[in-house]
Amino acid sequence: MIHTYKFQDINVVLDVGSGAVHVCSDAAAALLRACEGQPQADARPPEDAFSAAEFASAREEIDALTRAGLLDAPETGEDVLLPEDRGAVIKALCLHVAHDCNMRCAYCFADAGGYAGARALLPLETGKRAIDFLLGRSGARRNLEIDFFGGEPLMNFEVVKALVQYGREREKDYGKNIRFTLTTNGLLLDDEKAAFINEHMDNVILSLDGRPEVNDRCRRTVTGEGTYAHVAEKLLRFAKAREAAGKLYYVRGTYTKYNKDFAGDVRHLADLGFRNISVEPAVSDKPEPWALAEGDLPELFAEYDRLADFMREREQAGQPISFFHFNVDLEQGPCAYKRVAGCGAGTEYVAVTPEGDIYPCHQFAGEPAYRIGNVLTAGGFENKWFDAFNKAHVFSKEACRGCWAKYYCSGGCHANALRMEGDLLRPHRLSCAIERKRLECAIGLVCARALTCP
Amino acid sequence: MQHIKTISKGTLKQTDGKGCGECQTSCQSACKTSCTIANQECEQTRIKRPR
Ligand code: SF4
Ligand code: SF4
Repeated sequence: MIHTYKFQDINVVLDVGSGAVHVCSDAAAALLRACEGQPQADARPPEDAFSAAEFASAREEIDALTRAGLLDAPETGEDVLLPEDRGAVIKALCLHVAHDCNMRCAYCFADAGGYAGARALLPLETGKRAIDFLLGRSGARRNLEIDFFGGEPLMNFEVVKALVQYGREREKDYGKNIRFTLTTNGLLLDDEKAAFINEHMDNVILSLDGRPEVNDRCRRTVTGEGTYAHVAEKLLRFAKAREAAGKLYYVRGTYTKYNKDFAGDVRHLADLGFRNISVEPAVSDKPEPWALAEGDLPELFAEYDRLADFMREREQAGQPISFFHFNVDLEQGPCAYKRVAGCGAGTEYVAVTPEGDIYPCHQFAGEPAYRIGNVLTAGGFENKWFDAFNKAHVFSKEACRGCWAKYYCSGGCHANALRMEGDLLRPHRLSCAIERKRLECAIGLVCARALTCP
Repeated sequence: MQHIKTISKGTLKQTDGKGCGECQTSCQSACKTSCTIANQECEQTRIKRPR
């Protein structure tokens, strides 16, 4: 399978089977487009657009690359990679340290931190049992992950600190290496917390939506005030400290129907001085006024193109930024197995709530049907969803099998599939369209860079 | 070549068996920005590469 598309003024060709990426002339692109989805020999290019000689020479090059295994290469199939074979080993934990929040964001999937349940903070003992649970179930995996999530984790920071210490002690007994991460809205961030986070957290996600009016429209305090003025400067100072310490962070925004011109928000964040930026589309299964819909796609696509242009501008000015979804490593990506196995929710990744309840991932927290155990009860873990999640990989989803993006996307979000399409095996169409567009831009940017500095 | 220039030969690494499984998990939901496959590093290269 190949995928040919235009990025800026470049014809980009992705060979799905090999992962090879080429740029090509208009004549070659026309030929390749004509043969998408059918054997090359049967392909008929559009007539009259190019001379016979042009087509003939393009055809020769296409044939040479095909023989070299760089075009139309066979895909690694299910027979070689059986994602279902992975054992029931848990290596990553989303620890809900606070089911409470000091903001009231319009689009919050977690009901302002409450996850449709009672507001609660994770007790230290429950957190410790969750860490024991992870260590005890991690089998031969050495690298483990714990993400402090919420609600707002800084509302329970003493517990975060104690759990980091506990994890550091216990990982030695098990011969493991725990990587801690944290997501915060920044309201409670101060120098002391920042210093601790910088020392102990591998990655930090800082929530901020971009331009003040955009941020404040959705991200408000409990009393309904905008939050930009409270957090923007603090978050920036923190980000700079992390950069200085050589540590990773992302400032992460949500874009909604209200700011389909989200490239302006990325630009704003970049102008403030943030270097690692991400913005994510807000979707919902309910008819929320802020939720994006398929009808918005043309505008969103154009906006991603504008964002890509902005990235190039910054690069050429010697001030590159990193936009999360435009990062793609064509040379050193993960192994093929990882690419088809998916996010790991319900198989190697679970979430634990302040009550100690275990769920397949943070998105399922609070949904009784998806509760798969409790870390406080001995033998209290019975993963009735394991098979369903384990089998939800790209080869078992019809849409993914035929999708050129499958080895980069790995099958989308299970929670979205269930919520939006009602079926674990039917990826959310809107999210797919956005994912493919972002990948086109990401791969296109690699090509644009290669063409300017060979 | 006059028509096609190869930018990357691709590394859809064929792993024997199942890969080592040591790499980061990769939530793709909008609420997390942890890591999607596209921008994920292989743990084996991460170890070798000085940071
Ligand atoms: S973009 Fe959608 S169809 Fe394509 S691999 Fe991802 S989840 Fe599957
Ligand atoms: S199901 Fe969705 S939200 Fe949950 S871990 Fe997977 S990608 Fe992330």
